[in-house]
Amino acid sequence: MRNEQATKLIFDLSQPGRRATRFPQADVPVKPLSEYLPADQLAEEPPPLPEVTEADVVRHFVNLSQLNMSVDTHFYPLGSCTMKYNPKRHERWAKLPGIGDLHPYLSEDRIQGMLAILYEMQEMLGEIAGLPAVSLQPAAGAQGELTALLTAAAYFQDKGEDRKKVLFPASAHGTNPASAAIAGFDCVQLNSTKDGLVDMEELKENIDEQTAVFMITNPNTVGLFEKEIAEISRLMHEAGGLVYIDGANMNAILGITRPGDFGGDMMHYNVHKTFTGPHGAGGPGSGPIAVRDFLGPFLPGPILTKSEDADGNPRYSLTDPEKSIGRVRSFFGNVGILLRGYFYLRTLGPKGVREVSETAVLNANYLLAKLKDVLPVPNGDRCMHEFVASAKTLQKEKGISAMDIGKRLLDFGFHAPTVYFPLVVAEALMIEPTETESRATLDAFADAIRQIVEEEPDFLHQAPHSTMHSRPDDVAAARKPVLKWSAQ
Amino acid sequence: MSYIFTTPEQQQEMLQEIGVNSIEELFASIPPELRFQGELDLQPAKCELELEQEIAGRAKQNQAGSGLTCFLGGGVYDHFIPSVVDEISSRGEYYTAYTPYQAEASQGSLQVFFEYQTLICQLTGMDVSNASLYEGGTAITEAALMAMRVTRRSKKVAVLKSVHPEYREVLKTYLKLQGAELVEIGTADGTADLEDVKAALDEETAALVIQNPNFYGNLEQVHELAEAAHEKEALLICSVDPLSLGVLKRPGDMGVDIVTAEGQPLGIPMQYGGPFLGILACRQEYMRKMPGRVIGTTNDRLGAPCFVLNLQAREQHIRRDKATSNICTNQGLLALRATIYMTSIGPQGLKEVGELCCQKAHYAAEKLTAVDGYELAFDRPFFKEFVLRCPVSAKDVIDRAAESGLGLGPKLSQFEEEIGSETENLLLVAVTEKRTREEIDSLAEVLANGISERMLAQHA
Ligand SMILES: Cc1ncc(COP(=O)(O)O)c(C=O)c1O
Repeated sequence: MRNEQATKLIFDLSQPGRRATRFPQADVPVKPLSEYLPADQLAEEPPPLPEVTEADVVRHFVNLSQLNMSVDTHFYPLGSCTMKYNPKRHERWAKLPGIGDLHPYLSEDRIQGMLAILYEMQEMLGEIAGLPAVSLQPAAGAQGELTALLTAAAYFQDKGEDRKKVLFPASAHGTNPASAAIAGFDCVQLNSTKDGLVDMEELKENIDEQTAVFMITNPNTVGLFEKEIAEISRLMHEAGGLVYIDGANMNAILGITRPGDFGGDMMHYNVHKTFTGPHGAGGPGSGPIAVRDFLGPFLPGPILTKSEDADGNPRYSLTDPEKSIGRVRSFFGNVGILLRGYFYLRTLGPKGVREVSETAVLNANYLLAKLKDVLPVPNGDRCMHEFVASAKTLQKEKGISAMDIGKRLLDFGFHAPTVYFPLVVAEALMIEPTETESRATLDAFADAIRQIVEEEPDFLHQAPHSTMHSRPDDVAAARKPVLKWSAQ
Repeated sequence: MSYIFTTPEQQQEMLQEIGVNSIEELFASIPPELRFQGELDLQPAKCELELEQEIAGRAKQNQAGSGLTCFLGGGVYDHFIPSVVDEISSRGEYYTAYTPYQAEASQGSLQVFFEYQTLICQLTGMDVSNASLYEGGTAITEAALMAMRVTRRSKKVAVLKSVHPEYREVLKTYLKLQGAELVEIGTADGTADLEDVKAALDEETAALVIQNPNFYGNLEQVHELAEAAHEKEALLICSVDPLSLGVLKRPGDMGVDIVTAEGQPLGIPMQYGGPFLGILACRQEYMRKMPGRVIGTTNDRLGAPCFVLNLQAREQHIRRDKATSNICTNQGLLALRATIYMTSIGPQGLKEVGELCCQKAHYAAEKLTAVDGYELAFDRPFFKEFVLRCPVSAKDVIDRAAESGLGLGPKLSQFEEEIGSETENLLLVAVTEKRTREEIDSLAEVLANGISERMLAQHA
């Protein structure tokens, strides 16, 4: 089905004089703008934005939407991203008048309802983490990492210690080292063992009085629980360092074990993953952090505190922690996403929250069991909420790569798993089904992969075959970047 | 509520297929002593109807919601949002997708972001834009870090004090551990003094950071500030109000090297401060030093043009600790909103919004300063927002106005970062295209009544 309104750029649809939105005449006395604005800054004409009708706008963007795969339309087992179902009720509530339309500079006594919600969210996140001091400010996981590292740096500085090193395993997500570098630390990458876990010997060799933080994802990015985590944190603490838990994989352990209980001192959540903030085609996210009490005074402000007024009613206030590192963003945080996470936790309750992880882990293990004979999973027969399969043998024997499998899955109506991450598994396919998939979907996905690995390699190299485009040339794109439309 | 779609019987069969007897066994790799005992201390589950009623109650406690006529400003504004923006951005195909890693499964989002980048370049007069950053404060900060890479000057960044105090705070937080100095240049008269700026810049300064219109709503001398920065081979970073660009010259046409902005005015609801949209665009030669995702065009296997994530070699998943930024998840859905907003208002609409804001703000300034005791704090050209000096504390004025259903703020005394002396009585007033003459008049009336009562009280 050809559809020009989708494939054409909005700029090609532009016709002078068209528009989709009108504004009223001024109802105040007007003067020429030159009386108000300096001549050297007054624009002669407005920017050359496209001129289209409302029907153009609607058809164009609705048609484009149909070129996407999404959780609402497809199974989306993108490992590490927790692409679970996004409940529609959250969307309605987040937009309610009095909730979605609050200006951030309204004074506290006029937004007690909102502050109460955010306070409760802070408390819930502290409880699930087993780490009581929480900042809701970070805009996404990566900013949560950075914020926690800045918090750690301030803590060490306060103690008069000069610690420059951040350690992380090779299986770490790229944001871990990138955040450490921005926070001004030296990055030391450690190898992982054959089993996909932290190499304890290498860790011991690298811990010294210079070590500030060990960053570790747990369950890790291979989908395994780091069972030496207590010993890791004992070693770190003995050397005076701190342990950071990248909480991207919290969906595996809600109510089962807590970062604070297994030795973590700080962690971030990805509310857009674990607590079903819709991923928005690449954000917004929300990356609140939870830390131990002794790190609380260094958190970015504002945080919420609760007290009682003279009549014994609760009163919520915004305060800055005593030795705060300062802000990491303007205003309070990605509140819209925090709200959706809050609604989720309130509709699930403690039992429901635990059931999420139990089912996520069940679904992942089920899929692993159904696939491992055709697609080897190097790190064992069991996993947490996700597993990493490897197309290494297929690649060697038949020339079928992880990419080929991922691309061909699109033809079956499944989004591809995360491919080529983590870096420690060759030809990695990282599969995270989440708890919100039915058994029928998991079966169909497994069947698709079983079929794909038997297909002709040449046919697979050219997959997908059913999408509008196939195998865009990334190399050509980067060689001569075209990053915007220009009039010919 | 529960979002689990396998039945208990199916779960039993699945366990059998795995080869275990219980779900519990699947957690065997977690050492027993690390297991959480008991139940999390969370409130019991509520169903949809129950929680909706509770939230509606909470919303009512926010007396400030839709019942309040919003004159609040300071970086977040009550602008009109055309219905197409909400309708299209609530399509699940967009908002339940993720980062377009798989180009074939994401051509919709990729094209939208490519169009977004183009629109931002058209709007700002710059050559390249990324596909979004978190919000206005980190956008300025990422721009400063980028300027340090471009100029290879890692010691110093200069910023005007008329830049949003929270943006400056973010800048300070990030620069501290980079070991770079943040030189703050006073703006006591409401805008920068060129001589002060020249004195503060030197050969080690990577960038001069300004905001136009600035935090007070005033217009800086952008051309001259660009010259001053360029004289020392520093970059000029300017944070703009995107809705001012229908009436004000584009930063790219005034010598700005990196433009940033808070994109909230472009069709994004206020949402108590986020999620918003960090805009960053720059000149062509800095393209590869830019932070954040970018979308580019290429050809597919059959030679047909299509879109992909481009220049990924700058990003954290490839470059790790050498990346241009740590940002991963960005603000895609907000970039979509801004794209729909810009295409639906078009150039003429952008001009009209700008004109309406500017006219109404000046009308408001005239009406409010006609009230005894109220005056403009600065004698500077402004766009849609101005600082009012009140005869009483700004807090009192805010409270009094709120009683009449009028929202005012922020008061300048509430900011951590110093923004001038004697801020107690200073109040920011913003006027968007949504405010009517009647609303402005009633604000003036409230101020007038407030004061006379107060004076009576004092005389009594
Ligand atoms: C393991 C891991 N850590 C950190 C991140 C970064 O989180 P965000 O994308 O929210 O910044 C991600 C996700 O993308 C991740 O998978």
